[in-house]
Amino acid sequence: MSLTNVFNIAGTGMNAQSIRLNTTASNIANAETVSSSIDETYKARKPWFQVLEKQWDSFDGLNHKLDVRSQVGDGVKIAGIVESDAPLQKRFQPHHPMADEEGYVLYPNVNVVEEMTDMMSSSRSYQMNVEVMKTAKQMLQRTLTLGQ
Amino acid sequence: MSALGFKNSLGISPQTLQLRAARAEVLANNLANSDTPNFKARDFDFQAMLDAESRRSLSMNVTSEKHQRGTVDTESDLLFRNPYQPSIDGNTVDSQMEQSFYTENALRYNSSFQFLNGKFKGLKGAIKGQ
Repeated sequence: MSLTNVFNIAGTGMNAQSIRLNTTASNIANAETVSSSIDETYKARKPWFQVLEKQWDSFDGLNHKLDVRSQVGDGVKIAGIVESDAPLQKRFQPHHPMADEEGYVLYPNVNVVEEMTDMMSSSRSYQMNVEVMKTAKQMLQRTLTLGQ
Repeated sequence: MSALGFKNSLGISPQTLQLRAARAEVLANNLANSDTPNFKARDFDFQAMLDAESRRSLSMNVTSEKHQRGTVDTESDLLFRNPYQPSIDGNTVDSQMEQSFYTENALRYNSSFQFLNGKFKGLKGAIKGQ
């Protein structure tokens, strides 16, 4: 039944967007987390979105209509969370407790403006998936009244 | 087949509903992938699919026992959408457009449902003799 599959697809979308919101929150929270070595400094984390391919064993027979739907994915998945390789910010703060021998402190490569736009974008996408789910629910509820 | 058989009296409405539900899935997948890099939005030509669906019941003529029985194979492929605003990450989903297609599809699902429901009501009336 393809309408119930819409729930799964919208669910994967909501899940992916909430993970994206989580990474954004983590990035913003750690935007000022300083360190004195490159390895220990927090780096901006970004989710890596990929199409969730359809599982072939979920097919109930090789029907003509199912063949067509087999060409589309089954929603979205997070293939991984990658750390940004943008250069870290080096600030000269000799009185900072984390300053190195030369007086520099390393700040994360988090771009707060970028994170804020990312946050708004993921929030909108989340809402969109909720709307999709809502409409699918109405369609299914309507179908249940068939013949009444 | 009698005039009151399901196949004759329901007409094309059940197939229309199924196609509408399948299209809802395709469009929902587009919307879920609106932030996936390099994702290409898909959709199908509803009219062509419905034509294919109604022609699908045609079977080949068999004049000998040794003939293979087969049905007409119809073209049914998902197409790629032409983006109105191409984006730099290769994603071709216009979420506003997709959302409007999805809503329109849901409304048309409801109208097809209305027709199908009417046919069931007619059948019920015929059974009760009203």
